[in-house]
Amino acid sequence: MNPRVKRISDRIRLDLKIIADLIQPHSRILDLGCGQGELLAKLMENKQCRGQGIEIDDQNICACVEKGVPVIHADLDEGLHDYPDRSFDYVILSRTLQVVKRPDFILKEMLRVGKIGVVSFPNFSALSVRAQLFFKGRMPVTRNLPYEWFGTPNIHLLTIKDFKMFCKNEKMRIRKQINLGSERRQGVLPDFMPNLFAHLAIFKIEMKHDENE
Amino acid sequence: MKNSGHRTGKPAKKVNLQGKTEEMRGNTGYCPDPGGVGLVKTRYYTFSEPPDTLILKSGEKLGPVTLAYETYGALNKNRSNAILIAHALSGDAHAAGCHSKTDKKRGWWDFMIGPGRPFDTDKYFIVCSNVIGGCSGSTGPTSVNPKTGNPYNLDFPVITISDMVDAQRYLIDSLGIDRLLAVAGGSMGGQQALQWAVAYPERIAGILPIATTARLNVQGIAFDVVGRQAIYGDPKWQNGNYLNSHVIPAEGLAVARMLAHITYLSEASMRKKFGRELQTCHKEADFITDFEVGSYLRYQGESFIKRFDANSYLYITKAIDYFDLAEEYGSLENAFNQVEARFLVLSFTSDWLFNTAQSREIVNALNVNQKDVSFCEISSSYGHDAFLLPNPIMERLVAGFLNNLRN
Repeated sequence: MNPRVKRISDRIRLDLKIIADLIQPHSRILDLGCGQGELLAKLMENKQCRGQGIEIDDQNICACVEKGVPVIHADLDEGLHDYPDRSFDYVILSRTLQVVKRPDFILKEMLRVGKIGVVSFPNFSALSVRAQLFFKGRMPVTRNLPYEWFGTPNIHLLTIKDFKMFCKNEKMRIRKQINLGSERRQGVLPDFMPNLFAHLAIFKIEMKHDENE
Repeated sequence: MKNSGHRTGKPAKKVNLQGKTEEMRGNTGYCPDPGGVGLVKTRYYTFSEPPDTLILKSGEKLGPVTLAYETYGALNKNRSNAILIAHALSGDAHAAGCHSKTDKKRGWWDFMIGPGRPFDTDKYFIVCSNVIGGCSGSTGPTSVNPKTGNPYNLDFPVITISDMVDAQRYLIDSLGIDRLLAVAGGSMGGQQALQWAVAYPERIAGILPIATTARLNVQGIAFDVVGRQAIYGDPKWQNGNYLNSHVIPAEGLAVARMLAHITYLSEASMRKKFGRELQTCHKEADFITDFEVGSYLRYQGESFIKRFDANSYLYITKAIDYFDLAEEYGSLENAFNQVEARFLVLSFTSDWLFNTAQSREIVNALNVNQKDVSFCEISSSYGHDAFLLPNPIMERLVAGFLNNLRN
């Protein structure tokens, strides 16, 4: 296995662990792009949650089914129209926002079918990313963004600032923001200039409701 | 536990059809099969003798009823490891293994059933049951009507998928099984699996509806309509009373089968198998077998008439067409409201007869009810027949799903 890939998969475990800590026990959870179902398996076992994954890759679907994680073969770009409003306590979108065709659409769908959304994404304005673009004049390749420009599935790269502005415009309330550092500086960063220092951000969001409501 | 019936060891009494029986299509490999379940025997369970007569959906009573079935593996002490497998339209109880060492073919789902296979006979007790209305050892239109001493023919009552399932329930009871670990089946077998889930929710831990539908789409019904038309348009059909005159509506049944067979394949699989190849290099007035695909279909039709009865074909295709859980329960969401089992729903990309949309309909209705459901649309170029052919994704999903079921 490519050592670079291995490091990335370790890293996924760290952010999944943090996401798992944001979830209340006994919740009903929808994980969009659930991969091999590690997060859902963990939540179902440790927090007695009821999970449902959506995944597009058949090998990943097999891995979910083998773990006992319910999973549905679907393309997120087609939306979640088969799911009724507010049918989940949490909808998770882990490292998937940047690969979908319409991130705005999927974020709105998340907060339609779920009461709370949990979103994680690589921050494109992290210092090392900026430096590669600024000094080398080339598209950045980092551990969180490991692909060359021609082969990347990441078609909608964004920064923490971009995401916050989007939430503000769409009347989404940010209930929690967690910033993760680079591989060398493992763990959660203090809330100091995250747009410059965080390599991965995790947001807990919900819809703002009218005050009369 | 009900155990009103008895094992006669004999198939339902019926009038012999001409020709020898032949194993069904879709199976792979010759006998014997060292890695599989080995030599097996079809058994017969007879029940529904008065006063405990089977009451059909139509309100009519049917009895006595015989069901052909086979079992593989052993029932455990808790009787908690039983899996029922239901077959498709032209299938039978012989799902795995060989009937003799010289059999040409193994059971129709042999690659799925056996030690270390997805339906692992080291772990599970597998029961494959035939259906009422059929002609492979179970009570159907070719069986002798006890009231007249003659074959039922069209006096056989109309049967539904739910009648087939109710009959199987008698068999499962008689085997001492209160709860099934799973019910699995493809095509019409999948319809039976869905019916089991809604009719006996407390008795099953897992349902595997494969390449199936909760209500066949109108295109599928249209093909069945033409198939039935071919049979009753054959003068030899004689309003269904052909058995007395010892001629069968062979042409009608063969054409029905040829048409149906096209719907089981995909354009890609036909192209790969036959292309536009001609049998001979000349283009004489041979209108039947000039194209290779024609002679293949002809062969399929001709071998089908040796093992299948025309009236059974009418009854069973009608049961498939009429099966509609949405209509019966008001909506599909309502139908699945009470189900308790976990579901693994599978469809195949190139299956245009029981297409993915029909599987998604099942999945969505389960989702709305917040049931435990997994679904995969498996890549395959083999059309509807894909579920009868080895496929690593299907095998891995079925094995993984069963492994997580607890009874």
